[in-house]
Formats: sequence, C-alpha cells, structure tokens
Amino acid sequence: MPDRPMLSIENVSKYYGIYKALDDVSLQIGEGEFFSLLGPSGCGKTTLLRSIAGFDVPTNGEIRIDGVPCTLLPANRRPTNMVFQNYAIFPHLDVGENVAYGLKRLRLGAAEERKRVSDALDQVRLTGLDKRKANELSGGQRQRVALARALVMRPKVLLLDEPLSALDKKLREQMQVELRSLQKAVGITFILVTHDQYEALALSDRIAVMFGGRIAQIDTPKEIYQHPRTRKVADFLGGMNFLQAKLLGDHSGNVSVETSRFGTINLSKPQGFTAANGHVTVGIRPERLRLLWDEERAPHELTGRVENRAYFGEVTYLTIGVEGLEQPLSMVETNDYGADDLPIGAEIRLAYDPDAFVLLVEDEAVSRVG
Amino acid sequence: MISPTLLYALALLLVPVLLVIAYSFWTQNYLEIDRTFTFENYRLALTEPIYRDLFVRSLWISLLTSAITVGFSYPIAWYISFHGGVHKNLWLFLVTIPCWTSYLLRVMSWKVILGYGGVLNTGLMSAGIIDQPITSLLYNANAVVITLVHSWAAFAILPIYVSLQKIDRSLIEAARDLGDTPLRAFMRVTLPLSMPGVISAFLIVMIPTVGDYVTPKLVGGKDGVMIATAIQAQFGKGANWPLGAALSVTTMVLVSLAAAVIVLSLRYGVRRLR
Amino acid sequence: MLQRMRLLPFLPIYVAVYFVFLYLPILLLPVFSFNNAATTTFPLAGFTTKWYASLWGNTVLLEAARNSLMVGICVSLLSTTLGICAARAITRYRFRGQHPATGLIMAPLFLPEIIVAVSLLMITLQLGLELSLLTVILGQVVFCIPYSMSVLVSGFEGFDRSLEEASYDLGETAFGTFRRVTLPVVAPAIVSSLLVTFTISLDEFILAFFLSGTEPTLPVYIWGQLRFAAKLPAVLALGSLMIVASVLLLTTAEVLRRRAERRTQAALGH
Repeated sequence: MPDRPMLSIENVSKYYGIYKALDDVSLQIGEGEFFSLLGPSGCGKTTLLRSIAGFDVPTNGEIRIDGVPCTLLPANRRPTNMVFQNYAIFPHLDVGENVAYGLKRLRLGAAEERKRVSDALDQVRLTGLDKRKANELSGGQRQRVALARALVMRPKVLLLDEPLSALDKKLREQMQVELRSLQKAVGITFILVTHDQYEALALSDRIAVMFGGRIAQIDTPKEIYQHPRTRKVADFLGGMNFLQAKLLGDHSGNVSVETSRFGTINLSKPQGFTAANGHVTVGIRPERLRLLWDEERAPHELTGRVENRAYFGEVTYLTIGVEGLEQPLSMVETNDYGADDLPIGAEIRLAYDPDAFVLLVEDEAVSRVG
Repeated sequence: MISPTLLYALALLLVPVLLVIAYSFWTQNYLEIDRTFTFENYRLALTEPIYRDLFVRSLWISLLTSAITVGFSYPIAWYISFHGGVHKNLWLFLVTIPCWTSYLLRVMSWKVILGYGGVLNTGLMSAGIIDQPITSLLYNANAVVITLVHSWAAFAILPIYVSLQKIDRSLIEAARDLGDTPLRAFMRVTLPLSMPGVISAFLIVMIPTVGDYVTPKLVGGKDGVMIATAIQAQFGKGANWPLGAALSVTTMVLVSLAAAVIVLSLRYGVRRLR
Repeated sequence: MLQRMRLLPFLPIYVAVYFVFLYLPILLLPVFSFNNAATTTFPLAGFTTKWYASLWGNTVLLEAARNSLMVGICVSLLSTTLGICAARAITRYRFRGQHPATGLIMAPLFLPEIIVAVSLLMITLQLGLELSLLTVILGQVVFCIPYSMSVLVSGFEGFDRSLEEASYDLGETAFGTFRRVTLPVVAPAIVSSLLVTFTISLDEFILAFFLSGTEPTLPVYIWGQLRFAAKLPAVLALGSLMIVASVLLLTTAEVLRRRAERRTQAALGH
C-alpha cells in the first residue's frame, strides 16, 4: 500500500439498470505511481477510469484525489487529465493550439503559455512541430500530441485509456519504453487502462486485475504473475497448468495438498483462501517445467509423451500428455538442446520445482480486496 | 434536443395533415362547413369518372416515371460506385446539380425543347432530318413522363449508390470464386444486396410524382392532366375544401397501396434470382 | 471484376448520354437567354444582352426578388437551426421513439408536395391567418428540414463525443466547449446546410404558389409570366441567373461539406 494515497477509490459502484459495471471497488494509488487497470473488455476498467476523470458518475462510493472528495465534481474542475483511446485531437486546431487548449483558460500570458507548450512538445519529442495540422500527423504523433496536451496541464493524475492499442506492434513497444521513462521524468501519477497483460507487466508499478466489475487482485507485476490469487487471474496473465488436488492439512500460514502425479506439495496460503470441500486447485506456469535430456537427473521428475509442438522461433511450446492427469501439461522450452526437433509421441522426462506451484482461490470465493 | 424540430414537424406537418383528413369527412355548404361525418366526398372521388380517370392516369404516370427513372439510373449508380475511382463524390455532385436547380425552370426548359416551334423540332428541321414539326412531342403523358424522369434522376441515383457502396466487395469476389460469371454474380449478389436502395429510390420518386402539379400543367396538355390539378381546383375558384381534402387523402392512400405492391413484388422478384 | 462483362464497354457511352440528358435542359436556358429573338427556335439569331437589361427596369420582378431573398434567408436560418437540434440528437443519443420522430421530420421527402401545401393552406385559413411571406417561410421550413438534416447528420456523424470530453477534461466549461470545439468543427456542415436550404427556398414553387397570397416570390412571378409568350426571353434570362446562383451556392456548399467530412475524419485518425 502506498504511504500517501494520491487517489483513493472507496466502495465505488456503477449500475446501468441491473447491470453492474463496477461492483464495490476500492483501491488506493500513491503519488508518482504508475498504476494499471488490466482486464478483458467489459470488466469495468474503462468505467472506473471515466469515473476518475469525471465523465461517469458512480452510483455509490467516493473518489478522492489528493485527499479532496470529487465524486460529483465535473470533469473540467478535476485535477486529472486524460489521453483518449482515439486521442481526440481537435481537428480544427494545429498541434500547438491543441496543446495550448487547456492553458488558454488559465490566462498565463502569451510568453508563459508558449514556453509551457514548447516544453511539453519537447517532453514528448515533437519539438518544432507545433504548426502541424491535425490531419498531417501519424498515429504515433497523434498519441504524443494527446500526451503533451494532457501533461501541459500538470495534472495530479494522468489517465490513459488504452493509449497504445491503435498503434502497430513495433511502435507500441517503442512507445511503452518512452511512456515509462516519461512517467519517471515528470513524476506524475499515471493510471493506464489496458487489456494487454504484457503492456501492464512492462509498464506498471502495480496492477489491478479486474473481472466483471470487481477487482480480483492488486499487486506488483512480478507478484501478480508469480502468485496469482485466483484461477482467472492466473489464466489472464499468460499460460498456467491447472491441477486438481486434495487438501491434506490446513495450517495457519500454509497448507499441504496431495496431487495425483506431483506428490505432496506444501504451499503458502493466499489471502481470502477457504477450503471448500477438501478439493483445491493448484497451478504451475509452463516455463517452470523443464525437459531433462540424456542422463540428467532432477530431484522431482515426471515422465510423459509429446502430444503437440508449436515452434515460436527462440522457444518451442510443447503439450505433454502425462498418465494420470486429466489435462496434458503445457510447457515452454528454449531451442538450445533441440526441443524443436522432438517428434510427436516421443517419451520425455520433465523436471519441476514443488516451490513453483501456487494455490489458487476459486473465483466464486473472490470477495473484495485492496 | 430533437424536441423543437419535432414540435415544429408536429405543428406544421402532422396537425395540418390530420386537419386534411378531418375535412375529407365533412361537407361544404357554400361558405359554411358542415361537420357531420360523411363518406360522400370519398364516394364522389372514387366514382366520378373524371376523378377516376385522373387517379388512374396519375398512378400510371408515377409508376412509369419511377420504373424508368430507377431503371435508367441504376447503371449510373453502379458505374459511379464500381468505377468512380477516387472522384466518386465529384460524380455524385455532378449528378445532383441539375436536380437542385429550380424545378419550375427545368419543366419550362422541357416545354421549350419539346414544343411545336421548340428546340427539338426546329433543330431537327434545320438539320434536314424532318420536314414538318412533330406535334406529338408536347402536351401529352409522354412529355410529362420525360420531364419527371429528368427531374427525379438524382433522387433515384443517390439511394441506389448508397446501397451499392455498402456492399462488401469481397462478397462479389466470393461469388466469382465459387464459379459465378460476372453477370451471374451481379444478379445473385450485387442486385439483391442493392435492393433496399432500389426500393427507396422507387418510393422517393413514385410517391411525390403522383401529386405533381407543375409538370402536367406546363407540358401535359389535355391528355396529361393529373390529380394535382383537380386538387388545386378545389382550393381555388370553385372551392370545395372537403372534396379537395378527400382527393388528397385518396391520392395518398392509393399511391401507398401501389407502392406496397411494388415493394413486395420487387422483393419477391429478387428472391427468385437466388 | 465486371471488366469482362460484354456490356461494360458501352457503359461509359451510356453515362455520357445520360449526362447530356441531365444537363441539356439546364444549359439551353442560358443559350436562348442570349439569343436575339423572341422565340426559342434554331438556328440561333445572334447574340444579345437585351433580355438581361430588360430585367432591371422591372419593379414587379425586383420586388419578387426581394421577397425571395427575404424568404430564403429566414428559411435557411430557421431550418438549419431546427436541423442542428435534430441532427445532434440523432447522431448523439439513442432514445425511445427516435424512429417515429425521425420519420415524421423526414416525411416531406416522401410526400407529394401539393399535399403538404394544401394542408398548410387549410390550417392557415382555418386559423384565420392571412397568407403572406410568413406562411411561405413556415411552410418551406417544413420542406427544408429533411435536406438540412441530411447535410448536418453527415457532418456530425464523424464528430466524436471524445472531442467534447477532451475539452471538458482540459478544464473547459460546457459553453466554452461548444464555442471552441463543437461549433468550429461542425461549422462547415452548418454553412453548407444554410446554403442548401437557401437554394431550395429560392427555387421552391408549389408551397410559395399556395401560401404566398399577394406577395410573389421569384418562381411564383415566373409562373405568372409563362402565360405570355412575348415575355419568355426575359423569363429565360431571369431563369439563367437563378440557375447560375443555385450552382454557385451548391458548389460552395459541397466544398464546405467535404471539408467538414475530412476534418471530422482526420480527428479520428481514419
């Protein structure tokens, strides 16, 4: 939890008729934090962002920015600024006029205004393009103009609504790096809405994963990837092998479970865990499984048969059928030793680390967190 | 936001039309209006031979006009949509320009062209193609149809063009890929998919032309008189508003029925193409 | 794909013939308006501008022109204002009863004009009002709103809500947003609508004929002159001027409409 919340969302709900776009969401975001709202479309992340910006009014709950309650404050009176998904560049104004749009109301004087505009354009590396017409800009340039137009207002919170989704892959990756360094340079709290888990992992200090109007988990990228709390979160952030297991012992901090092929495993208990009927789900990431070649031995190993193979250049994705497991295991292997040449049906041995397993909360049991 | 416009349309379109309908069930006694409900005006409108003839002729002319307009306009719309290149908007603009200029002046111009001593006759005579002026050009139903087809060309081209533009070109390629000749692909894919445009073109030409006043008056002569002249007469010197109202309502009902029949048969016809 | 159709080579010829048919009547009027003869016959009898000169001294005509101008300005302002309200509602919101409401507003496109004229005439006289230029204006507005709306809807359609949101987000008020974003972006469409509706009003005959009372507009004046064969050349000259005016107004409207379209599309990165 951040020491001093810049933004605090308390029990916010938004109903459209009987449809709950946001269902009792609470979270706190610190000053200077790069925070991502991650989830599939329709999960409520955009509604939450628009509630922070002031375009949607929550049905219940309170939003405070820098300690000031502003749930009902209109968008033009909030210390937030937004980068729109389609950038919303004013078509009748040139780049400079677009960036200066919000400054005009502050009556800073011509010199100060010019300076701020040119500083903002420098920041987004559009120096000298202030006379460009809106329809003469490339996709990447539009994005930069939208960014400069928001940053020049020196908001307390900058909101980004899928700002990179309209760009092609190469440009998107380049902009991710720039966005991250820009955020570090200006030190403003950024809130990013995205459905791209890699984008969220690469950019954020913390991520909130949302499903169905609720927050499923808030954590650092590493924590969320390595210790997803629920099956859905695990599934949304990359691949995961799910196994059914039987609960053997429930202690204060951890539990031990019995799996059909991986033996008895000790796992730490996630927040909110309750064992329903003695059955639990555990998961292990594909890259935590490793092929054993030739005479190599490992403390924990398993035999299986290659069912499928997909070549991805630097790595190969393998599907391994293991006797006694309902689902085949997926694993990813570098091609250094020839995983890309394994024939379908080949007998293999694989090694695993029991510490790599995570205990997952069933999604029905997800209650509020944060 | 729509409310001011809607209120305006209610007050100056719906209410007046309702008043016309109300009047059509009343009777005129000299300067007094007798508000007892009666079908007398409709009986008159439907049985009196002059009105019956006018209805039949008006419907026939509007039907013919819309069929010809749609038929002649379809290839133009198709050409612009499929071969208009980057200047589609310019093409459309050029098509619409003549239709935006004064309707009265265009009808007048046709009178000048088709008249006994008109452009066509004197032109053909001075070119030595004919010796005597052709008298059958002006003052008949044909002249009315020619003039109306000219007036309404753009109104037919635009809806057809819009529906052609909406057709995903890969659908036509798919039909070709599945073995259709270009003509068969056109008949089985393009034409059926452009049918909404054809239908609205038909309606947008047919319904207004049935009540056209200027064209029959100027180029129709005795054989080209249409129902609008009779309606106008009821509001002029021999004023009989209820009869005029009944004639107006009957015109609308008849043309709507005719339009419904056309729409249904066009839809049915297209289904047969598959 | 249809290049191989055998009919296709003839299509450009057909298109050319069609355009001749479309433009012939429009171009003939100016030709004869400069012809030094009182009849419209070939061969032409030599060049003159006397028919145009004769227009100037005609006070009745000038009065009609003044009426037309007045009516045209009022109609274009009123119908564009009402068109803006409706077009904005249609492109922006989905609401109950939208289809019947739009249908009613667009109905004049699908109605015989004489029925609109007759119904307005009846209600005016029923209410005991005098026929005047005011009744012409009110009637022509009904008829112009559908056209105004079509022009405006195409201009507003590309106008994305996010532009206004961006403006609020940057601290602008609702009024300021309208003044600094909404209005400038849709201005070309609005001007285009003004020009189109002005042109329609200028050329409109039926409603003016039924509703104008003793004050004729230009088309009503022309209608009156058509009975006199001797006045035909002067009418042709007047008609030619009106056609030129219409074409100029419409070309301007088209250029503006397309600029508006390009602009709104540019904003969305299409």
